[in-house]
Amino acid sequence: MNAYVGTATSRVDGRAKVTGAAKYAGEFAADGLAHGFVVAATIPRGRIARLDTSETLKVKGVLDVLTHAHRPPLADKDEAWKDEVAPEEGSPFRPLYDDSIKFNGQPIALVVAEDWETAKFAATLVRVDYQEEQSFATDLEAERSKGAEVKQLHKPRGDAARALAGASVRHEADYFVPTEHHNPMELFATTTVWDGNGRLTVYDKTQGVQNVHKFLCSVFGKKPDDIRVLSPYVGGAFGSGLRPQYQVVLATLAALALERSVRVGLTRQQMYGLGHRPATIERVGLGAKPDGTLDAVTHEATAVTSRYEDFSRNDTGWAEQLYKSPNSRFSHKLVRLDVSTPCDMRAPGAASGVCALECAMDELAVALKLDPIELRLKSYSDRDQSEDLPYTSKQLRECYARGAEAFGWSRRNPAPRSMRDGKELVGWGMATGVWEALQMPVAARIVLTANGHAEVSCAASDIGTGTYTIVAQVAADALGLPIENISVRLADSTLPQAPVEGGSWMAASSAHAVLGAAEDIRQDLARLASTMPASPLGGVDAADVILVDGTISKNGDKGRAVSIADAMRYGKLERLEKQKLNQFAEDKSHARNTHSAVFAEVKVDEQLGVIRVTRVVSAVAAGRILNTKTGRSQIMGGVVWGIGMALHEETVMDHRFGRIMNPNIAEYHIPVNADIHDIDVIFVEERDDRINRLGVKGLGEIGIVGVPAAIANAVYHATGKRIRRFPITLDKLLD
Amino acid sequence: MINFQYSRATDVADAILLLAAHPGAKLIAGGTNLIDLMKENVEQPSRLIDISRLPLRKIEETADGGLRIGALVPNSDLAYHPLVEQRYPLLASAILAGASAQLRNMASVGGNLMQRTRCAYFYDTATPCNKQTPGSGCSAIDGRNRNHAILGTSASCIATNPSDMSVALAALGALVHIAGPSGERAMALTDFHRLPGDTPHIDTDLGTGEIITAIELPPRGFAHNYSYLKIRDRLSYAFALVSVAAALELEGDTISEARVALGGVAHKPWRSLEAETALRGQAATTDRFSRAADLLLRGATASSHNRFKIELARRAIVRTLTQAASATPQSQAHKKIA
Amino acid sequence: MADAANQIPDRIPIDLVVNGVRRTLDLVPWTTLLDALRDHLELTGTKKGCDHGQCGACTVLVDGRRVNSCLTLAVMKDGAEITTIEGLASDGALHPLQQAFIDHDAFQCGYCTPGQICSAAGLLAEGHAKNADEIRELMSGNLCRCGGYPNIVAAIQQAMGRP
Repeated sequence: MNAYVGTATSRVDGRAKVTGAAKYAGEFAADGLAHGFVVAATIPRGRIARLDTSETLKVKGVLDVLTHAHRPPLADKDEAWKDEVAPEEGSPFRPLYDDSIKFNGQPIALVVAEDWETAKFAATLVRVDYQEEQSFATDLEAERSKGAEVKQLHKPRGDAARALAGASVRHEADYFVPTEHHNPMELFATTTVWDGNGRLTVYDKTQGVQNVHKFLCSVFGKKPDDIRVLSPYVGGAFGSGLRPQYQVVLATLAALALERSVRVGLTRQQMYGLGHRPATIERVGLGAKPDGTLDAVTHEATAVTSRYEDFSRNDTGWAEQLYKSPNSRFSHKLVRLDVSTPCDMRAPGAASGVCALECAMDELAVALKLDPIELRLKSYSDRDQSEDLPYTSKQLRECYARGAEAFGWSRRNPAPRSMRDGKELVGWGMATGVWEALQMPVAARIVLTANGHAEVSCAASDIGTGTYTIVAQVAADALGLPIENISVRLADSTLPQAPVEGGSWMAASSAHAVLGAAEDIRQDLARLASTMPASPLGGVDAADVILVDGTISKNGDKGRAVSIADAMRYGKLERLEKQKLNQFAEDKSHARNTHSAVFAEVKVDEQLGVIRVTRVVSAVAAGRILNTKTGRSQIMGGVVWGIGMALHEETVMDHRFGRIMNPNIAEYHIPVNADIHDIDVIFVEERDDRINRLGVKGLGEIGIVGVPAAIANAVYHATGKRIRRFPITLDKLLD
Repeated sequence: MINFQYSRATDVADAILLLAAHPGAKLIAGGTNLIDLMKENVEQPSRLIDISRLPLRKIEETADGGLRIGALVPNSDLAYHPLVEQRYPLLASAILAGASAQLRNMASVGGNLMQRTRCAYFYDTATPCNKQTPGSGCSAIDGRNRNHAILGTSASCIATNPSDMSVALAALGALVHIAGPSGERAMALTDFHRLPGDTPHIDTDLGTGEIITAIELPPRGFAHNYSYLKIRDRLSYAFALVSVAAALELEGDTISEARVALGGVAHKPWRSLEAETALRGQAATTDRFSRAADLLLRGATASSHNRFKIELARRAIVRTLTQAASATPQSQAHKKIA
Repeated sequence: MADAANQIPDRIPIDLVVNGVRRTLDLVPWTTLLDALRDHLELTGTKKGCDHGQCGACTVLVDGRRVNSCLTLAVMKDGAEITTIEGLASDGALHPLQQAFIDHDAFQCGYCTPGQICSAAGLLAEGHAKNADEIRELMSGNLCRCGGYPNIVAAIQQAMGRP
């Protein structure tokens, strides 16, 4: 029964969030809570020569200052510091481990005091002398030639270089995506509660409590039962909370040192010392035959990583899913610089790589004098090129059609600068989006009580994506209960297994875990009901029994039903508890992807270069949409991110100091309300019986992919200027 | 934030006495800029003297038909005051172009005049800055200077003044009323802010121990032909790359009086009497506006990343004057540029 | 006695009327209204998103006007009436803005939400926003990184009684 799945159900955690009752990591109280404030390095590379905390320690209320030379023990093997999403290559960053400085903004001391303001004040009294390493580098473009190739997922096909060189129409260019920071609204924070005897309860801002749990146990040599990690509400993360961040180490370190509860909250500025979307130079080459079909695709990405870990994502291979081409070559190079290790940021790899690919496709369309959609349809790929596989489902063609229709694309005059609205040039651009439909093993537990209430629990996080709500919807439908009777507990490391929430995999993964547990409940109830005296379900095959409207009922025959409450009373069951780990069957016979077609309208003041994004249509094919309300919000949010990526976002570094110069959210611009106008989200129907039982693919990333390119292409159409260096700020249009 | 003491002044005289008694003290009203800078350890006052309760919140008509605005009037109250909306809409518009509704509710008129630059090196205690530590050097000149000054710069500093309100006040010919240990005085707003020269750490000519008590607007409000145009990197809640306050009086098509002030381009709101003189008595045409723009931008010099601001300012001046002349002032809510 | 450089400033007693309840506090002057609410009064509904007046997550109503509590020293508001997100619902009934935010899914992670709602309450009281463009402009002091802006505007329009 689908009373809830697929509907526009309001968030079940809505009331908590609009009343201020929802508590985030830095908001949990504890007796005797102490507060830590981080002292951060002001050089990019070198050593701490001297760290003088004597004045700090004189401040009334200061409890201790932890440094590399004064702290409890920390694990000394890299393996202990590798969390479940750490890069394979490298040595993870260890806060307060030794005297080495690896990046500007690195934590070098933690001042712990009775209250936060005292700690913050006392931190100003820490005196640091550095032994500065003069040879440091933070500029990707200056160091581009040092890029070292990393292993590629995608094998080359044909002879791309030759095909590109010989193509009758060819486009090749560099696109530059700057460093970006996630800037979730919630500041990173951890409250580590000292429970006595070395046992700790850790409230952390994270996308994966069990990842943090395992990490803390290994870093601090603790047994699993000694530490419990929770993050019931997460104020946005977008990838920044996938890996355990240093504040969780520091809060826990301080709690162990002081044997009391400690909170460590980072400032906005300090959060620029965490991970980031790496600056990347994307070089894309496209060669086409005279009819516009692609003959060659080359894509080489050169991205930043840190000196101590090799972080890379799939920037370049997306053409394998999008466009047929007999010849292709992809490569990814890393340049090691004196910065913190980059990390996943919404649609990592794809947001940058597809942006470049889709801008390049637009340039090729111009060169071929073809409509951009027509160009894409000429090389539309019904099979994943890389492994030559069919898709479990792919309604991208329909995305183009529906999106174009809603946008009014057919009324577009293809000539640049041909459309106007008074003093503004009007530009219409489009691009394709693609992401993976991933799914992971997740377990869920359902406790059904005789009063017709069910509690569903799982260690997964809800970072704003709506996991609480879809879990409640799926459980309500599977158990035949009103959604008000479902309570959901998430993000506690003691709950059934879940990986980090990321990659758009949690909706499908958690939903099927709930289905699995509910199925076991159903079977037990069916058995129980059929054995009741004079049961109306007597003789009914258990497979034919469903849970609906609070009853155990023969499918299609509501007359033959027993109330769940009666059955449980008969069985003398106060509660029925089932836990199930859902493993998706491995199926390498098909490719699994989500797709989108994005259409953007910009209006650009002809004289002043001011750009307004007046309309965006995003047509998304992502299997079944579990909740059209929260799902629409996710896509809309992705579009807003895409607008930011296209026009606003850039972490500005002064390479002379190796220091970020806009570590705030006044000058690191993200869109504000006035920047955002009409966003039309269309969910294209995409039935997928193969991918999983519900046909769910996930929505977290696909919303951003394609948007920056659609806007850049619209800016070109409006102005005739092709800006390949993001963000497209107005100065780039003034020449 | 460093350890500072707190006093609350009971009246203006008390504030002046407290300032005299506590070297290193600073006045605080709305706090929107000062607290921000204190949290960055850029400002380190030994004591804050709270003047927020002083009786400086009135907006009164002056005998000559102008307006006297108490220094503690919140920015939003000033912007939405009926007399300001009717008679000085340029000022209302400029205020509403700045910051956010919350900040405008907090920020005082006097504090707005005192706000400091957004130069990233000034804000970062880890990088040299002559404004922060005189003699330490200017990191911006060869650094990240995309939003730095193009006019009135010096070898010591290329920072800009970030205020929008001050730009309109400069155009309107406002006076700043000041009280201090040696009595009261008034000065033109255009003289209040300084160019950096070799003392970039001194933003204004407000003397030690002095307090701004009021802003006075002359009777002429340019309520018919005005516009405030702010160009920035997003459509709201961002500091200006360039802003222009334009105010005209027209007799038919002829300009009888003209005022143009620029924001985001210098260490102070930038006016050119020569440019305004060149407009007076002339027809309100694009050519004349271009000529005025040339005069306003005479001597403009670019740094490595802000060359675009010269051309942007030129175009913005022409556009804003065109808006003023045609009585189609820029709306701060509707983002299409008129 | 420690020297001046490391001495904690004197505490100052103040009264705040928070959500209708008089609260007496003894605060060091450096305590912002935001930290007073979150750390001293355990009213964590008001959020810290930047601590510099750049995001609006800390928006509360002081004597009926919306302000950034992170840039407000608590001692300067002695005697003031403060309304936070915890004070908007009455007797368990949600404020129309709170209900409208749920109806329009005007939040995702929920972290900017209390500030958005308090800011919107201030906006409605000010009465200057009469159409969507004006709402957008006058709500631009409240950042939402989840990108919920169109839904926020729709929610405010619902609370304003406009379709």
